[in-house]
Amino acid sequence: MEKTLELKKEVTILFAGDSGDGIQLTGNQFTNTNALFGNDVSTFPNFPAEIRAPQGTVAGVSGFQLNFGSLDLFSPGDMADVLVVMNAAALKANIGNLKTGGTIIANSSGFDKKNLRLAGYGDENPLQARSLDKYRVHEIDVTKLTRSALVDSGLGTKEIDRSKNMFVLGFLYWMYSRSLETTIKFIQNKFKGKQHLIDANVKVLKAGYHYGDTSETFTSRYDVKPADLPKGTYRNVMGNQATALGIVAAAHRSNMQLLYASYPITPASDILHELARHKNFGVKTFQAEDEIAAAGAAIGASFGGALAVTASSGPGIALKTEAIGLAVMLELPMVIVNVQRGGPSTGLPTKTEQSDLFQALYGRNGEAQVVVISAHSPSHCFDAVYEACRIAVEHMTPVIFLSDGYMANGSEPWAFPKSSDLKPIKPKFAKPLENVEEKYLPYLRDEKLVREWAIPGTKTLEHRVGGLEKEKDTGNVSYDPENHEHMVKTRAAKIAKIADYIPQQTLAAGEMDGDVLVLGWGSTYGAIKTAVNELIAEGYKVAHAHLTYINPMPNNIEEVLKSFKKIIIPELNDAQMVNIIRSKFLLPAIPYNKIQGLPFTIQEIKAKVLEILNA
Amino acid sequence: MTTPTSNIKTAKDYATDQDVRWCPGCGDYSILKQVQSVLADEGVKTEDTVFISGIGCSSRFPYYMNTYGIHSIHGRAPALVSGLRSVRPDLSVWMITGDGDSLSIGGNHLIHILRRNFDVNILLFNNEIYGLTKGQYSPTSPSGQISKSTPMGSIDHPFNPLALCLGADATFVARAMDRDPKQLRSILAAANNHKGTSLVEIYQNCNVFNDGAFFVYTEKQSKPQSTLFLEHGEPLVFGEGNTKGIKLDGFKPIIVDLEADGVLKDELWIHDKHDQVKALMLTRFFDDNQNAENALPRPFGIFYETQRGTYEDALHEQLKHAREIKGEGDLDKLLAGTNTWEIN
Repeated sequence: MEKTLELKKEVTILFAGDSGDGIQLTGNQFTNTNALFGNDVSTFPNFPAEIRAPQGTVAGVSGFQLNFGSLDLFSPGDMADVLVVMNAAALKANIGNLKTGGTIIANSSGFDKKNLRLAGYGDENPLQARSLDKYRVHEIDVTKLTRSALVDSGLGTKEIDRSKNMFVLGFLYWMYSRSLETTIKFIQNKFKGKQHLIDANVKVLKAGYHYGDTSETFTSRYDVKPADLPKGTYRNVMGNQATALGIVAAAHRSNMQLLYASYPITPASDILHELARHKNFGVKTFQAEDEIAAAGAAIGASFGGALAVTASSGPGIALKTEAIGLAVMLELPMVIVNVQRGGPSTGLPTKTEQSDLFQALYGRNGEAQVVVISAHSPSHCFDAVYEACRIAVEHMTPVIFLSDGYMANGSEPWAFPKSSDLKPIKPKFAKPLENVEEKYLPYLRDEKLVREWAIPGTKTLEHRVGGLEKEKDTGNVSYDPENHEHMVKTRAAKIAKIADYIPQQTLAAGEMDGDVLVLGWGSTYGAIKTAVNELIAEGYKVAHAHLTYINPMPNNIEEVLKSFKKIIIPELNDAQMVNIIRSKFLLPAIPYNKIQGLPFTIQEIKAKVLEILNA
Repeated sequence: MTTPTSNIKTAKDYATDQDVRWCPGCGDYSILKQVQSVLADEGVKTEDTVFISGIGCSSRFPYYMNTYGIHSIHGRAPALVSGLRSVRPDLSVWMITGDGDSLSIGGNHLIHILRRNFDVNILLFNNEIYGLTKGQYSPTSPSGQISKSTPMGSIDHPFNPLALCLGADATFVARAMDRDPKQLRSILAAANNHKGTSLVEIYQNCNVFNDGAFFVYTEKQSKPQSTLFLEHGEPLVFGEGNTKGIKLDGFKPIIVDLEADGVLKDELWIHDKHDQVKALMLTRFFDDNQNAENALPRPFGIFYETQRGTYEDALHEQLKHAREIKGEGDLDKLLAGTNTWEIN
């Protein structure tokens, strides 16, 4: 039968199934294949906090959304064109995210009586119900077809069923005219030494592909041409991975030892996993007994002259608070990574949120300013954490680096830099005194108000630091009232002065002097940028500015803000940045907030901007 | 520039110009003096030495040492030590802590540094009271202790610090007292020479809030009866003129009178600091109330010492091994990853 080939500019696929169905793996494989093909890609994994939530239930559904196209993409897409569901619960949880007229590919054996009941559908199979009439529904008995493909494999049913995601993947490769090569290589690598598993998985993958070819049900295939991305060499990267690489690069470029001390926590642990794999770069990882110890170990390492990094998510950062205050007092470099998740307390461990901004800026006792830097996309984590390391080391201060669950687990193509193109990082290690009679002054400052880094092992520089207030210059304990005020102001001025050593604020989209500026920070970047670009194309005078440097902000930020009639600040929290902008600049910035553990959609941003434009 | 003669140091060279601010008569003064003497005796270089403390009276210690030092936060000194030792195994690191700092707020970190066996000398100043906060009972205060926060007496069961440390697989466990400088110096020197975490509990008198807590062990009239000084390879003897000894009756230590009972010294328990089981039994002497008749004496000296690889050595080995099998890391290769594509 003749099959037609239809050209698409952009497709959003949402894979969904039980958290044990291998959904994340399927999504990642499809992503890698498309990225290697040259599409721009943007992904959004969305999974439950439980490792194996009750099978077949809506609570146990794991999702992976992928947007790929021949266009420049900045978000994983609002609504899906194609929804792949492995069972009834996956359909129930995600049907609201499918475009009208969209395609449903359903594993029919996941819609048996038990699955229907667990998903709360009762006796009626939605695949046969009229309610799905506005979609194109394709049922494939993936379980049965997988089992038939492997009937002679000698594997048990349980093992066979575990490879059914490969059938789906193979089928989608056929549907979108993609080669199986990347995934076959992946399978060979993953099951190295277990030839029977390699054979089985490849066989099922191919079976899925051939099923598309031979089945009469599917008459059209699609093609999505490579995207017109800027020239360069690309790879695919996830946010946590980019963060880890940025840290290694910073240690490498500064010629410093790296100590990464952390305690396992979702969604930050993957940074530790990635770094632990790179010991041949001299990377030292320390899995501490708790969050506090991780922060303390970082301070100890920093005192010893190493690049010290600790990471966590909100609740863990709360525990590190006292240690961060100590680093402020000691004026030692340290990077604290916060991969934000929904809060307060344990909150929503696997869901994204931007609600730790106030914590980063103000969450310490006393006047204890630190630098706050935020990444805005998976690949930008590399640049932003590299900057965090550079500023920490060159300005002798703790720096909080904000990521979040959305960008940490999301991925996108990355035109990775050459190591020689990275900005050098220059630690200011103190040299021994020439005159031994002279007394070393550890808190003497340079024009940046930065003190030297005098590390143990250096003759003549023996000195003591501690959490008690320091006397100016000498660093001796001082309870003098004037001195305390001077030191508090000086520590703050040191942070403020960093504004002279960071880039000016630019616009991510649009031009200055417009009607509305959408000001964002963090992972809202993609949705804002796409929405603003669409509005610009529709003729509106809107622009998008995105803050990487949150404390201090770039010197020209006020000028940028004041050149617009109105400012909207979309945030995945209950209005934090908007309050900072309002109090700092006395501007009536308009909040736009979403606190659902989910990112903004492009449409949500667009609708809000239009509402403000038309107000 | 340093001249060769400046390498020969005296205790004074380890002191800073800062006024020592402990209360007059505090046991900390003696400990500070003994530490400075030992560093001089051992020829430890000031520039290669770091003192790290937590919070409490004893934790002011680093300010008085002319070395590198950090007065950190309450209970967390072991964490800072772990980080520093991980990146700077070349340094001599000492940790100063108290009973509140390391057994209450920092209890978690203490057990973990012991099991990891970082090479550090931990001096645990035990005065069985919170001094800096003016007199609350501590986790080592005996039950019934009257303090500001326990006007009717403490109902807490106290920690037995050395049993706890042995339980956490410490590789060097010793006890000393502020009022026996000679023994304190010898233990500090041994601790310094031990590779791995050395834990020295030092009974320290807080003459303001808990005066005399250890007088039964430190004062002339009661010291011979109530203390037992452990020497490796020597029998356990104590009492005036060492006339009493300890013998094992199965697993039960019993006190014998060498003359009256006619027991020979080689029939006594011979101290073996490498025997962990016996070391644990020695830590349990703590359970006896010193005012009771026939109470077992409180042991001082090195209870236990063993060699076990340190964390920092293992860390270094792992990095070396990683380089051997994977080669020195190439940043450009790392950034590129395994799958790349070109856009032209």
